[in-house]
Order: sequence, then structure tokens, then C-alpha cells
Amino acid sequence: MYDTKHEIRNTRYQLRKTNYEEVIIAGFGGQGIILAGKLLAQTAMTAGREVTYMPAYGAEVRGGTANCAVVIADEPIASPLVSRPNSLIAMNKASLNKFGGRVKPGGLLVFNSSLIDEKNLDSLDETIDILPVPADEFAVELGNQKASNMVALGAYLQKTGLFSADAAAQALPDVLARRYHKTLPVNTKALHRGAKFAKTTDSIQL
Amino acid sequence: MREKGDTSNGVSERTLRCGNEALAEAAVLAGLDAYFGYPITPQNEVTAYMSKRMPEQGRVFIQSESELAAINMVFGASATGKRAMTSSSSPGISLMQEGMSYLAGAELPAVVVNVMRGGPGLGNIAPSQGDYFQATRGGGHGDYRTIVLGPSTVQELADCMPLAFDLADKYRMTVVVLADGILGQMMEPVVLQEKPRPELPPKDWALTGAQGREQNIVRSLWLKEGALEEHNYKLQAKYRQVQETEVRCEDYKIDDADIIVIAYGVAARIVRSAVNRARQEGVKAGLIRPITLWPFPHEQISRAAEEFRIFLTVEMSCGQMVEDVKLAVAGKVPVLFYGRPGGGIPTVDDVLENIRQLTLPLKRLVP
Amino acid sequence: MKAVFARTPSLKDQPTHYCPGCGHGIAHRLVAEVIDELDIRGRTIGIAPVGCSVLAYDYLDVDMVEVAHGRAPAVATGMKRTNPDKIIFSYQGDGDLAAIGTGEIIHAAHRGEQITVIFINNAVFGMTGGQMAPTTIPGQVTATTPVGREVVGQGYPLQVSELLAVLPGAVYVERCSVHNPARILRAKKAIKHGFELQLNGTHGLSLIEVLSPCPTYWRMTPAKAMEWVETEMTKVFPLGCLKDV
Repeated sequence: MYDTKHEIRNTRYQLRKTNYEEVIIAGFGGQGIILAGKLLAQTAMTAGREVTYMPAYGAEVRGGTANCAVVIADEPIASPLVSRPNSLIAMNKASLNKFGGRVKPGGLLVFNSSLIDEKNLDSLDETIDILPVPADEFAVELGNQKASNMVALGAYLQKTGLFSADAAAQALPDVLARRYHKTLPVNTKALHRGAKFAKTTDSIQL
Repeated sequence: MREKGDTSNGVSERTLRCGNEALAEAAVLAGLDAYFGYPITPQNEVTAYMSKRMPEQGRVFIQSESELAAINMVFGASATGKRAMTSSSSPGISLMQEGMSYLAGAELPAVVVNVMRGGPGLGNIAPSQGDYFQATRGGGHGDYRTIVLGPSTVQELADCMPLAFDLADKYRMTVVVLADGILGQMMEPVVLQEKPRPELPPKDWALTGAQGREQNIVRSLWLKEGALEEHNYKLQAKYRQVQETEVRCEDYKIDDADIIVIAYGVAARIVRSAVNRARQEGVKAGLIRPITLWPFPHEQISRAAEEFRIFLTVEMSCGQMVEDVKLAVAGKVPVLFYGRPGGGIPTVDDVLENIRQLTLPLKRLVP
Repeated sequence: MKAVFARTPSLKDQPTHYCPGCGHGIAHRLVAEVIDELDIRGRTIGIAPVGCSVLAYDYLDVDMVEVAHGRAPAVATGMKRTNPDKIIFSYQGDGDLAAIGTGEIIHAAHRGEQITVIFINNAVFGMTGGQMAPTTIPGQVTATTPVGREVVGQGYPLQVSELLAVLPGAVYVERCSVHNPARILRAKKAIKHGFELQLNGTHGLSLIEVLSPCPTYWRMTPAKAMEWVETEMTKVFPLGCLKDV
């Protein structure tokens, strides 16, 4: 189907240009996977885009795994289910193992390099654009390890050019429970930290 | 979550809500007087939302001891003329069937939301469409029907709620809103608004205390010889009227279609994606999406079957609605089925592959 | 000539379908009299059970509903919560309340629903042909206990009033009987008290258990049945007020 990696990378930009983004965000419970997904969806809605957000729910998420799918488009979205995502944000090794192989050729993987060793990437499609983000380390530096989800999301937003970290930060109060609003500043910083990192870091070429 | 989408002025901004919350708020806006429910996944957001929102409005919320109790609390509130509802998921809806039969017999309006999950038995909590038979055939004992709405987006789910209450009041029937785990759990932007209530028949049958009038009796027992037969004919006449006036159905790209896929609810969204992709490949595919599952759009489907084309029914079940499609088509064209039960969800690729395979012979016939 | 007794207006002029000597007719009359004495006909809604008294609305001239077997307390809950100004009572037999509807009555009491429950205990399923009820007493012969109720395997009589009286949500529980005029007067007082608690807004459920003869399925004459209530039933189901907060 594709002649060269170069063409495939072009295809990725085509994927982006169709303005139809399907992303899976995955990790373990407590990593703020659901919040990151809701924030992305809220940001997309505020920007006037069509969006669906679908969490894995109930007993499926017990025992430590959490994931959700977000679809962003310009037209009403037919299916909210994502079997082959354009992009994957993997916050732990288990998530990368589960969803890594499903990323479309020419897609994007943002992964939490604080918890995932690069040797885990071997089995991935070689046309995938891969960005390792030391999300936990940055979050700890910023004073709250729980903000690692925002670091990863910020990096993802920058890499895809979907929305600015600012736009996401502005949507944050809409999805963050009021009792956590004291964490708005650190989460905002984390979004920007991730975006800045993505801006200045080259992706890995397999 | 913060208090979002303030609807105090009757209309909200576009807000991101999960289906369960959206339907709950839409019910509140539709003038719901009382909500009764028992926790069950994947509809727990409805009960939790109501537990906060209904008391805020000075209205009734009760977490009942069982689904049996919940449906009978609905029965009680409805018998006094109030707008009442319950919500549950498949196993809980099974428990409610007794109450739903009594509601039908006593001709009481009620709204029941079923956020379907995998069955039979305790099954699992994954999304499913395995309760189609139960919903569209009455479900409990006796010759009765419920109106069944099968929305496919969070917005449509919310829009179903005022419609459900109006239809319930208009016909003195139970209206089942048949959603599934995906629709209940997924979030989409939604606009909620208070809709003007249409003119509805007065509830002069309601139990309000026999003040200055003869007693009112609400019952489903008809012991006198012939009385129950008579009562059933009356119900059937009402059901015929519903069939004549309340069918709702959407079609998509069917005019030139060689293959028409019939699907409802979330499955219809998946099919719509597949239809679009089939069209990109040059396959003339279309979609018919019943919105009322009872009354079923027999006529629309029958009309579409007057030309030769292939019909494919796609469901998140082993094939239930397909029987209604076959009844409507009446042997005029082939009706095939693709579905996955027990929480399995057909993917766009799966449906597309079915469309491709089924239309291959047509390509050979028509160069 | 001066009339010393007349049919109370909330009791319809209707030939009875109850068997000779049945207690339901008396209990119906007491309920109707209380409703009229309290002048609450215009704001009362009654709930008929499944059982012999399923047709209670043929006798009681108030707004009434007939509901699924055992579910009356849930229906009453739905009614009362949406209509706090109305007086809601359920009228249930021992099969309805103590067998199939155990969950509903316990939870209605547990929630402290402001409803009044008239619980007719005749130690047998009447409507279906005299089968064992949860309240059938040891040794009692019924259609399904041909050699008499054996407590091993068939259980002991269920003492619903005692069970409910321990719940904080039940504010008034009294066991009465209609087997003689004195007891009938006492039963009426109890029923009236139950309705009054609802009228004055006392938070909680009131239940009046009424021991009631069933000559047909006890295979006795009406007179003998009245006597049997006194001599046998009250041993298992002692009369008196169990709770009045």
C-alpha cells in the first residue's frame, strides 16, 4: 500500500487534514486517564468541533486498568467506538501492550517514558510516529505526580496540533471536580510543560 | 463535576454529558415528578444524578429496595396522575416485567429506560441490544404493547425523554427508552431544553381523592364474563392508533442503494460509518434506522423492498429485530443478518466487510 | 323509631361476595367508618391487594387502586411521596403482605413511609383455595399442609407485627382481632389511630394487624371460627399494641 516511510508520514498528515481524529488514552486507575479524555473532549467541544468520548466502564476498569476513546471531527460522528486509533496515549506498559498494535499505520504514539522502557516498542508498526514523554518526572518536578496525565495530553495536543495547551487549560474547570480545583494551577503548568517538551523533541523513528 | 449546563431558563448551552446524565436532566426538564430506581451498571449515573437533582427541585427521588419496588412506586405515582419514571439495565428490567404488565392492564402512563447490557442471566455489563424481543413484545404476561424508542445519539436520547412522557400521557401507556451501555456511558455535546408540552388528554382517571365526585378505580382485574375480552379489544384499538400515528424512522442514502442495512441505536451509528465507507468504495449502500422499535416501521421497510436489493440487519444481539424486518419485507427480497451478542460490538470494518461480500454477486451480475 | 346503626357513607350498598362468617366484611366496615368519622373521603386513596379482598374497591367508596401481589407498600410509597397531603392506606392479606410482599412491607416500614397498612391475618390463603400461609399455625390443616403444618420443613408462623415493630421507621404497630364486639371496637380504635398518625403528619408507617376468621378454609362454622381465633390464633399471635411512638 505504501511505498516509503516518507509517504506514510505524509499520509499521517493527510489523516490529520481529514480532521477526523480517533485517540485512545490508556493507563492504570489513578493516572487520570478518564480526566484526560474528558478534558480533550471538552476542549474539542469548546472549539466547536463534534466529539464523542467513550470510557471503558464498570468491572472492566477494576483491577487497575483504565482507558477511553475520543473521536473528534467536523461532522456528526457516526461511531464513538475506536478499534484502530490514529493516536494512542499510553501511560503504562500494559496499555502499550494492549493498544500499541492497534494504532493505524502512520499514526501517533505518545507514551509515558517514566514508566515504559523503549524496548517495549519493538513490536510496533514501524510507520508510527513515536514520542516518549517523561510524564511522571515532569509532574513530580512541578510538584504533583498526579499531573502526569496532563503532561502527556499537553505533548499530544502539541504533536497533533489539534488544540493549544491554553485551550485545554481553559476547559479544565469544566471537567475537573470542584473539590480538585486547587490543582488547576499545577495541571495547567503540566499541560504547558508537555506541550513545550513536544515542541522541542523529535519523535523516535523505528 | 461542576454544575454544568444550567437549565434554569429552560435551555442549556451545548454541554458535554454522558447519555445517562443527559437523559436524566431531560426527564427533569420534561416535568418528571418522581424518579424511582435501584442501582445497576451501566445506568448508575441516572440514579446518582436524580438523587441530587430531584430533591433540589422539590421533587421525589427514592432509591428503592428492588426493581420490583421501583416499578410499583412508578405505578403508585402514576396512578395519582404524576409523571414518574424508572431506569435500569437488562436484569433489572426483567424484574420489572410484572409491574409493566400491570401498568399496561391498568392503562397507566410510565417511562422506563433500559440501558441494555449483555445477557442472558447476570451476563455482563458490556453494551448489548439483546432485550429487543422483551421490549417490543410487551415483556410481561398478557396481550399488551409498550411504545419503544431506540435513540442512537446522546442528543437523541435526551430528546426522547419529553417525547416519551408525552406519548405515555397521550396513550396511557408505558414508553420504553431502549438505550445501551455505550449510549449511557459515552459523552457527547448535547443541548437540553424545556419543550412546550403538547395538548394532552386530562387525567380525569387519576386517583386524587374522591372529593365531590364518584370514586375512581385504577385496576387491571376484569372478572365479569367478557369484560377482560372487551378490555383487551380496547387496548388493541389504542395500539392500532399508535401504529398508525407514531412510527418514527430515518433513512440514509437508500434511494439508489443496492444494499440496505437496517440497524437501530448505537449499532446504527456503526452502520452509518460503514455505509459511508462503502460508498467511497463505490458500493451503493444505505441505512434504514427505526427510531420507534414498536411501532415498527413496517411500511417504510416494505416500500424499500419493492425494488430488488439486499437487506442486511445489524444488531448487537444474535438477531432479534431481523425478525421484524423479515415480517416487513415479507419475502420480497433476501434479508441477512450480522450481529454480535453478549457485549460483542460489530466494528465498522466488520459491517463493511459484510456489505462488500453481500454485494459481490451484484457486481458480477451488473458489469 | 330511632335508627341506632346505619351503613356509613364510604361503604357501598353492595351485596357481599365474602363467605359467611368472613372477617373481611367487618374490617371493610371499620375502615369505611374511620374514613367517614375523620371526614377524609375526599383525600383518601386505598390500595387493594391480590387475595380475597382484591375487590375491596367494590365496597369501599374511595379512590382505589388494585395492584400486583404483595407490591402495595411500594405503590403506596409512590403515591404518598408524590401526594403528601393525601391519606394512603393499603389493605393486604397474609399471603400478600407476609409471603410475596415481605420485601416491600419491610422496606416501606424501614424507610418510614407515612402510610397506614391494614394487615388481615386469617392464617390461610383464601382466594386460591385454602393453602398454607406464612401465618398458618403449627398443626393447622390446609390444602397444602394435609397433615397439619409441620414446623420442620414448613416453618413457624411468621410474626410480621413483631418483626416490623423493631424497625425505627414503624411508628405504630398493633395486633387486633374481629372475633367479638369488644375486639371489633378495639380494632376500629387502632385503625383510626393509624389514620390519625398519618393525618397529623407523624413520620413513619403504621400497621394494624387484624386476626380474621376464615370459616370456609378452616372448615368450621362461623361461630366456631370466631372461637378458634380466640383459643388458637391468639396464642401464636398475641393481641395488643406492640409499638406506639
